[in-house]
Amino acid sequence: MYITLRGTPKGEAKSSAGSATSAGAVRSRVPGAVIGLGVVSLLTDISSESVAAILPIYITVVVGLGPLAFGFIDGIYQGISAFVRIAGGRWADRTDRPKWVAFVGYGLSALTRLGLLFISGFWAITSVVAVDRLGKGLRTGPRDALIATASDPEHLGRNFGAHRAMDTAGALIGPLMAFAILAMFPIGLGGYQTVFVWSFAFAVVGVAVLALVVPDLRSRSGSSETPSSVADETGPTDAPAPPVRPRWSDLANPGLRRLLIAAAALSLVTIGDGFLYLALENTGEISAAYFPLLFVGTNFAYLSLAVPMGKLADRVGRGRVFVGGYVLLLLCYVIAGFEFGGLAGVVLVLLLLGTFYAATDGVMAALATRLVPAASRASGISAAQTVVALFRFVASLGFGLLWQFGSLQTAMLVMGIGLAVAIPLAGALLRVRGERVAGP
Amino acid sequence: MTLTRNRLIVLVVVVVLAIGAAIAYFGYQRSTADAQASTAPVVQQATDLPSMLATDRVVFRSTALGPTYGRLSVVALADPSGARVVLDTSCERVYATAINGVCITAERGIVSRYGITELNAKLAPQNNEDLNGLPSRARISPDGSLMSTTTFVTGHSYAEASFSTETIIRKDTGEEVGNLEDFTATVDGQPFDIVDRNYWGVTFVDDDTFYVTGASNTLGKTWLMKGSLSARTIASVRTDAECPSISPDRTRVAYKTRQGNPAPGQWHIAVYDLATGEETILAETRSVDDQVEWLDNSTVLYGLPRSGSEATTYDVWQVPADGTGEPTVLVPQAASPAVVRA
Repeated sequence: MYITLRGTPKGEAKSSAGSATSAGAVRSRVPGAVIGLGVVSLLTDISSESVAAILPIYITVVVGLGPLAFGFIDGIYQGISAFVRIAGGRWADRTDRPKWVAFVGYGLSALTRLGLLFISGFWAITSVVAVDRLGKGLRTGPRDALIATASDPEHLGRNFGAHRAMDTAGALIGPLMAFAILAMFPIGLGGYQTVFVWSFAFAVVGVAVLALVVPDLRSRSGSSETPSSVADETGPTDAPAPPVRPRWSDLANPGLRRLLIAAAALSLVTIGDGFLYLALENTGEISAAYFPLLFVGTNFAYLSLAVPMGKLADRVGRGRVFVGGYVLLLLCYVIAGFEFGGLAGVVLVLLLLGTFYAATDGVMAALATRLVPAASRASGISAAQTVVALFRFVASLGFGLLWQFGSLQTAMLVMGIGLAVAIPLAGALLRVRGERVAGP
Repeated sequence: MTLTRNRLIVLVVVVVLAIGAAIAYFGYQRSTADAQASTAPVVQQATDLPSMLATDRVVFRSTALGPTYGRLSVVALADPSGARVVLDTSCERVYATAINGVCITAERGIVSRYGITELNAKLAPQNNEDLNGLPSRARISPDGSLMSTTTFVTGHSYAEASFSTETIIRKDTGEEVGNLEDFTATVDGQPFDIVDRNYWGVTFVDDDTFYVTGASNTLGKTWLMKGSLSARTIASVRTDAECPSISPDRTRVAYKTRQGNPAPGQWHIAVYDLATGEETILAETRSVDDQVEWLDNSTVLYGLPRSGSEATTYDVWQVPADGTGEPTVLVPQAASPAVVRA
């Protein structure tokens, strides 16, 4: 059922990812479909992050739009994808063609790279950015559903981890590529346009890999395992038998509802990276100019630990690792808030933050996969991701207000206490204590 | 489904075409850039800085493609499209008086660093200090004693979806008078304490009074505001006005206005009479995103990018301050003008 990509460099990632599984677990490789989707995401992230890295300078300094315009475009950038995400998931489930819904999403984003080359002016750039985010929102749910469908249940966490590691690698390479190109063009528009063309080329190759290499897996027919045939990790086995068609009621099952509530509670007290970096800046150890390097540090930890954390989740329980990730985040708050450890503290925060992402992002998709019938897989995963995005947005608004009207310490303290309360709550909701350990 | 031979061939073709095209485009742009650099300068250059500094002049940022791009330059007001003196300092934004000047510098890279460099009367750089964020505006008070800079500090935003500006006033002694966000502010007499208030684009009337833009993203509004450094207060004068610039005779303020159109990115230039409160829209129909400069009491100057592929080249335009006439280019291939009278 799975294709393999023998003889390609990615084969090494496969074998290393599958080389050290837990005792008793079957030694297995990351499925070719997951590696294929990882390659698609890697190429697409190189494409999108290279543009994202230079877009603020391009818009404000080169095209000459003012700060308000930049704020507006940035808002579109952040806001749109959350709203179309659910629609993308639903579309993929209804048609049972997640690959081709994802294809539309990746294709739309690829076209916008070419658009940037020919347009300038406020509304044109805004529309292009909006279409790009639309594409991202559309593709995320279907893509994760494909990963889930291609995976056997006991390796879901590891496989999502492998995908996220490749995805993050692209996010690291993209800005480096962009700035390397810009550095070769000291003047004029040529450098920016070259970045757009390179970005387009990577996006096209990504779309081609998706269309030609990734198998057209279908959630309904492609998966023999459903939550009712495998013990539900969060306890109840009252999930309905897989319907032939996706239904909204699939999303109302108690297991998914508990995950959504837990994710909402945790996200509501999650301080965004940017704010944590600002808190670090306030300790006086680093300057704001080095923020991009902090992102690199965090992403590097994320990329290195995504697979180990996914494997850990498969072995000891995904709910445990997911909630455990937030314990690490709480530790970040403590170190940043109390200004422990100077520069070593800064490095530790970056490491913990990366580990937090490794323990939560892919693992949550794995959790959601097991809580909905296969027919509603993409919708279920999208729902969980939308909840996280929405509540993190609320959290960053709240944190900003607390900072403005109180102080950074007050804001950190409130969020920290909130997180300390939300962690056991989420633990109870996900029933991590009695969690069934996945495996044969 | 398997990766068939045909699919593999198609994939290889796509990869080769895409990467090949990208490399070819890179080569094309590189050779174009080299050609531009070698054919430049199309503007004449002069070398006699002392005699240039003895006349009425425009200090600006050169935008002529080539080695002089972004460099601090001076041209005589008597012959603004003629030979210019190009200095070694590179600036993102420039302002100057007869006494001193300010140049906002940028070091581009993965970590871009911005700084503020003070210039002396001969436009020679004095000292450089780091700035937070993307530089936007710079102004100096008429007697040269105060200096204001505005930068966008995206990291300071309360949600990732918005931006924040930081406007700081410094004395020529290097002492910071402070961040305007710490001043006591009022709008129509009511306290202006909304969380996302921002200030940008200061213009100095004297060494205490100034005008500045106040804004709130949440309310989607901007105000022309008048401030006092000694009292540490800022109060609104009118709405829908950004980047004010005081006229040499201190009777009018020029600013950009959106004329009620809430979408950013489309600004007109207006002149506001401080005595009568009357607003006059100037004859420039293109959108101007600049803090305008007064050439004299009847004409204003501003930078505008050229269209299309020449978008990194700006020209300094002039238009009458009373709403009549038509815009014309004063200094070609230039941006961020500052008029200095000998």
